Amino acid sequence: MEIWRLPISASQRGKLISAGYTSLSSLSSISSSDLARELKVSESEAMNILKVASHSRGSETSNASCSIVEVLDTFQWWAGAQSAWDMLHDEESLMHITTSSADLDNILGGGIHCKEVTEIGGVPGIGKTQLGIQVAVNVQIPNDFGGLGGKAIYIDTEGSFMVERAFQIAEACIEDMSEYNRFLRKDFQECKIKMLPQDILENIFYFRICSYTEQIALINYLDKFLSEHKDVKVIVVDSVTFHFRQDFDDMALRTRVLSGMALKLMNLAKRFSLAVVLLNQVTTKHTEASFQLALALGDSWSHTCTNRIVLYWNGNERYAYIDKSPSLRSASAAYSVTARGIRNSSSSCKRIKMM
Amino acid sequence: MANKLISEIPLPKSIANVFSARNISTAKDALTLTEFELMELLDVGLTEVRSALSQISEIVAPPYQTALSLMEQRFQNEHLGGHFPTGLKGLDAALCGGIPFGVLTELIGPAGIGKTQFCLKLSLLASLPTNYGGLDGRVIYIDVESKFSSRRLLEIGLRSFPEIFQMKEMAQEMAGRILVLRPTSLAEFTQSLEQIKVSLLQKQVKMLVIDSMAALVSGEHEQGARRQQTLSWHISFIKSLAEFSRIPVVVTNQVRSRNHEDASRYSFQVQSRDGAIGTTMQYDSHLVAALGIQWAHAVTTRLVLEAKSGERFIKVAKSPISPPLAFPFHITSSGISLLSDDGKEVMGPEINAIHCQVNSYWNLCCNVKKCRAQ
Repeated sequence: MEIWRLPISASQRGKLISAGYTSLSSLSSISSSDLARELKVSESEAMNILKVASHSRGSETSNASCSIVEVLDTFQWWAGAQSAWDMLHDEESLMHITTSSADLDNILGGGIHCKEVTEIGGVPGIGKTQLGIQVAVNVQIPNDFGGLGGKAIYIDTEGSFMVERAFQIAEACIEDMSEYNRFLRKDFQECKIKMLPQDILENIFYFRICSYTEQIALINYLDKFLSEHKDVKVIVVDSVTFHFRQDFDDMALRTRVLSGMALKLMNLAKRFSLAVVLLNQVTTKHTEASFQLALALGDSWSHTCTNRIVLYWNGNERYAYIDKSPSLRSASAAYSVTARGIRNSSSSCKRIKMM
Repeated sequence: MANKLISEIPLPKSIANVFSARNISTAKDALTLTEFELMELLDVGLTEVRSALSQISEIVAPPYQTALSLMEQRFQNEHLGGHFPTGLKGLDAALCGGIPFGVLTELIGPAGIGKTQFCLKLSLLASLPTNYGGLDGRVIYIDVESKFSSRRLLEIGLRSFPEIFQMKEMAQEMAGRILVLRPTSLAEFTQSLEQIKVSLLQKQVKMLVIDSMAALVSGEHEQGARRQQTLSWHISFIKSLAEFSRIPVVVTNQVRSRNHEDASRYSFQVQSRDGAIGTTMQYDSHLVAALGIQWAHAVTTRLVLEAKSGERFIKVAKSPISPPLAFPFHITSSGISLLSDDGKEVMGPEINAIHCQVNSYWNLCCNVKKCRAQ
């Protein structure tokens, strides 16, 4: 029944099955002209089918009777597969984007991870957009200062992006860099960073989305955009929820569309080695005889993102909690939103709480 | 853009024909299906589907702008870089110029606190010529609870800008720019919104005020989640109106008392505080915003008007640009004015709390009646 998995059109598949070819191995020994005759299709179509079949067969599990050496050899030509050892090297050299709050960076293992999709959600006013803008600015910190020196894409679905605020945060970031520079060099001359806040704003590509169709279209188009702008290192979507909360009567369709979108974003993150930050809203959920807050878009969506961070109020402090991550342990840390952007919380009794 | 017809997109002839044969006429229909569903439906291979989708997506996706060009564009084309000054200096400074264009600003507070007074003042300001700090344009005022008082409006005008309003023709001109609509049901309101869209396209309207949003919805007899559904289309529509016309939109909201459906904890918080669940309630005020959390996410700026120990405060509870500040204010014959331009910074979630503590409720009513009668 492996024929079902071949990426060929439905009618071709139907013809194969009615002609009696139900498994890939049955296609291994036939020539294209014979196949064309049996299926009553053109020879080029038959050749295409055979090519697709042999490609799929190449990634099938090899015969158990092969020796270990042969099995290891076949490992090499599996398209897209990587051994765990090679992946370790990749993981160790993973780049992070700082959030400008050392406590938050600590629990995140250095910052927002590249090559991964991170979802950040919270109640209105907790600082999601602020964190989004901070990340879009911090990705541009040059390599000399431990940053990625990349550009940012900011996808705004709600109109919450305020240019003046981005300017403020960019200005503060440059001031911090000059401060750091001066401290590091220990000579007392004014080491001016040649960056201006305008330069930082110029490297933020801003897209305004007005419907979920545009959202899907844009995520499809990003493939081409990113091939043309290879220095983009972060995509911030603020917020991924808004257009999916209204005018969707068919919930099953919504789930399918959302998971398709998440997969494409994960694909983009891996291929172009960039970080994807999705900002999410909050809804009330009835669980265990009480109403609790939960991130919006449902249970199926909560499986699709790699990392999930919840921003919440704890007493008078803003806290970030790692709800889900394959490599970080559950912890929460305090942060604050200041005129200069996201910074460490100034309260003296702050501590990172391990769960 | 979402409803762009497939026939208008330059696709290869063969696949365009297949799309129309299968009744997929708009980009929206094509993009909501996954690649495999399209392959099944259209009976074509994966590569053709992928290339068709990427072509459609490229056309439908909006163009980009760098944040720098956005800022330059706003400062060149718009009044004060896209802000409408309210005349309250402290508030305008905190909001980086005033009420932002293109997004929703919400005024929320208990009854009689001064939301309508603020709306009247703003409508008046918007109708004034630009050298007086106005937007020199029309204002659409949607008055659901019949609280609009022209007499009060002209009184505010006379006290604040005597040089304009003492002349009868000028007063008539200014007051003539404010159009008051009084929809009696949500359906009528929906209809008026469609008409408003048309006048916005003609660019004469410079501000939209909806007083109050909550009253429209409370008239409909639905609870909780169903009410959210009713409102979601309107939220989306009003936001898109604000967005494409780049005008300030001010919406007022009411308060209601907390009920058991209002959640404030996440599941991980509840677990870690097994002994202390009882104490969490004392931090939450007993008044919450009507219209729910989905609405709270949709507004960009939320100004909370409250009364605490006899004094009234206007707090910036949610704003992308302002820190959480509270300004004391009072209502005078010339509208609303701040008692101090230095806001007090409020820590924590207290900024979102809505208090209605006055020395006596009777005093509050008397004060309101006094102001309205003067």
